[in-house]
Amino acid sequence: MGIARYWREIPQRYNLIGTKCGSCGRVYFPPKAICPVCRRKSIGKMEEYKLKGTGTVETYTIIYTPPPHFEGEEPYAIALIKMDEGCYLMGEIVDCDFEDIHIGMKVEACFRRIEEDGTRGAIQYGYKFKKAE
Amino acid sequence: MRDVAIIGSGVTKFGELWEKSLADLVAEAGISAIMDAGIDGTDIDAMYIGGMSAGRFVGQEHLGALAAEVSGLSELHIPSTRVEAACASGGLALHSGYLAVASGMYDTVIVGGAEKMTDVAGKEATNILASAADREWEAFFGATFPGLYALLARYHMHKYGTTPEQLAAVAVKNHHNGSMNPKAQYRREITIEDVLNSTMVADPLHLLDCSPITDGAASAVITSVEKAKEYTDDIIKIKASAQASDSISLAGRSRFDALPATIEAAKRAYKQAGIEPSDIDFAEVHDCFTIAEIMAIEDLGFFKKGEGGKAAEEGLTALDGEIPINTSGGLKSKGHPVGATGIAQIHELLLQLRGKADKRQIEKAEIGLAHNVGGSGGTAVIHILEAI
Amino acid sequence: MEKVGIVGYGAYVPRYRIKAEEIARVWGKNGKSISAGLGVYEKSVPSMDEDTATISVEAARRAIKFSGVDPTEIGAVYVGSESHPYAVKPTATIVGEAIGATPDMTAADYEFACKAGTAAIQTCMGLVKSDMIKYGMAIGADVSQAAPGDALEYAASAGGAAYIIGKDNIIAEINETVSYTTDTPDFWRREGEPYPGHGERFTGEPAYFKQVLSATKKLMDKMGTKPSDYDYVVFHQPNGKFPMRAAKRLGFSKEQVEEGLLCPIIGNTYSGSTMIGLSAVLDVAKPGDRILATSYGSGAGSDSFDITVTDKIEGYPRNNIRKMIENKVYVDYALYMKYRGEFK
Repeated sequence: MGIARYWREIPQRYNLIGTKCGSCGRVYFPPKAICPVCRRKSIGKMEEYKLKGTGTVETYTIIYTPPPHFEGEEPYAIALIKMDEGCYLMGEIVDCDFEDIHIGMKVEACFRRIEEDGTRGAIQYGYKFKKAE
Repeated sequence: MRDVAIIGSGVTKFGELWEKSLADLVAEAGISAIMDAGIDGTDIDAMYIGGMSAGRFVGQEHLGALAAEVSGLSELHIPSTRVEAACASGGLALHSGYLAVASGMYDTVIVGGAEKMTDVAGKEATNILASAADREWEAFFGATFPGLYALLARYHMHKYGTTPEQLAAVAVKNHHNGSMNPKAQYRREITIEDVLNSTMVADPLHLLDCSPITDGAASAVITSVEKAKEYTDDIIKIKASAQASDSISLAGRSRFDALPATIEAAKRAYKQAGIEPSDIDFAEVHDCFTIAEIMAIEDLGFFKKGEGGKAAEEGLTALDGEIPINTSGGLKSKGHPVGATGIAQIHELLLQLRGKADKRQIEKAEIGLAHNVGGSGGTAVIHILEAI
Repeated sequence: MEKVGIVGYGAYVPRYRIKAEEIARVWGKNGKSISAGLGVYEKSVPSMDEDTATISVEAARRAIKFSGVDPTEIGAVYVGSESHPYAVKPTATIVGEAIGATPDMTAADYEFACKAGTAAIQTCMGLVKSDMIKYGMAIGADVSQAAPGDALEYAASAGGAAYIIGKDNIIAEINETVSYTTDTPDFWRREGEPYPGHGERFTGEPAYFKQVLSATKKLMDKMGTKPSDYDYVVFHQPNGKFPMRAAKRLGFSKEQVEEGLLCPIIGNTYSGSTMIGLSAVLDVAKPGDRILATSYGSGAGSDSFDITVTDKIEGYPRNNIRKMIENKVYVDYALYMKYRGEFK
């Protein structure tokens, strides 16, 4: 991934900055330019909103065949997480035994290394999740 | 809008076709469709070709012009368009061609789909396939394509009690069907144990729950029903051609026990055809993973939500079952050259509707449905064909 | 003179551990005698996706969460480490961004072997005292390197701690700080080299003990204090033995050292060492308790701090670091090497 592409998304990747519809109050992540529920009414009213980082595992998988940028890290857990604000997002679950991961598990965001562009390129950081403390 | 018919189709052998290039495959499929239709190249008004990622698989974009050239049509300067909707690119090529003929813009159109996937290493192919998913917000964080379906499988299992054995039953059935398909990539029977003992790819999906990486191409010739009569008495009508979209990311959705795009596209297709799911005699559904077939037969209305696993296990979708599913062997056994899959499904419907499916011919084949999915359900394309 | 001190702190130690015995097994050594000799029984191991930046962020986020400090009021972020993920490109900007302190702040990375984090505390104290900034964030963190088979391997571990330095709502006042610095080449890592080299026994007397004892004595002289005036003392912990020996030579008791001595169970977290140890003490300290903390960085120098815990400590969420350390999972040497990215 190019440097600018990573840099652009630092607010989301580091701090879970999404948007909140000023019309209905729904929270979206990643940010949306328009609320799919309020549509026209939401235009110009989508406000920056920082997710708390806590949520619940909706479903999960353990990846044994990784993409190139995760090679060597397998097996690892990926979950679809329902954030407390109501939106879903996808992320890795770290520091948790696979047997302990279950649908309904409470998780919280943590800060980890996601990928690096070889040994000479940039390191990309972002959110992952761990069992809520 | 006028009625549209399919008058011919063709597929290449599916598999690891080391000797064949993307251009070879496109030409071979196109020529066999034209031969099957009994038309001449000069009869063709336009071409639509589906391909997911020739740009990344073989470094070749501009597939429309390439396809026209290798099919010997470039000097006719026909409009040739590449369409893309990840793994639903083939289905979308037919839908595009259908719209062009139905509108009266063109009379006879050749549609096709092709993917040459083995010119890159397996890992790279997997990475390219992941671009059908949301790269920024899902793939970046480590989600793979099998991983996305594994998330859906886990959810289905949790909600409905679907079992790994039921998932495996889909693969077993499709390999059985594929064993009778000379074009299929894997023509060997497998057992439930084989599936359950195969390498875990993305828990709960094993290697044998996944469709393979495949080279192949498929093509079909469509024209108005009126004009079709000039070429053949054996007319296969496109009763419905429907498309629906959904968020590219799973996280952008609100339900995970179904592919909402399939449900929507099916609703539109049944309405267009004026029929009910129970009127469908057989179907080719998008079984890129076993869970995908289970969700598809529910989302298409063949079985109640949550009962797809049981249906597979009880043989209701076998060749001699209530509604035979994936008589060709499906993506699982026949292979899944992503861009070609949607058209290859149409080819199988044609064989069955014409009574030419040989050993895998089903008894009652009057109305067939083809269901083609892009990514993890960002696009769904459904066609209903009927022999008239 | 206006008071300056610790407004918030947070520490972080990765979840994985390897036992010294397991390392000894691989190299054909007697694990039990090595553990007894070094006073190190197990050490923390970072996960594959953890590095000095992620550990710093986790520690810093805890400090902010526990203290309730508005991150936009943090005017400086300094990260001290000898294992910054980049040779050129600051860890501190990553931390600043991840805690929401950017862009109105200054930032830099520090390196002074194991004492870069306490050097950052001193810098923040100066900036706060001079009213250049309201709050400063000083972090010491490392995912320390050790060549496979080297004696360092039994202790070199990962962890970090972050301190918010300010004048308001101080939970622990820093009464004084002094430093003692000389050019003593006891331990080093050359540019581009993956592992540090060291002077073996030379790292002891002329290096660690010389600086630690001198700085600590200098501080007590300046403050007019004696060891018994302190409830707790924390020294840099390259192993479990050195801080005990330093304490004994200065006249501190075993009990004064123990609360902040984590090396036996997490190893040497390098830049994190003194700072995590101090956090363990703050986790249990009562208002009025007096703490002496002396770091050590090879090369060589020591920073010594005289600290008095205030009433405000009672409202601060505590008992964190030892609880975190208890939540551990052991890995064998092969997994340890994999997590360390040693398989090329």
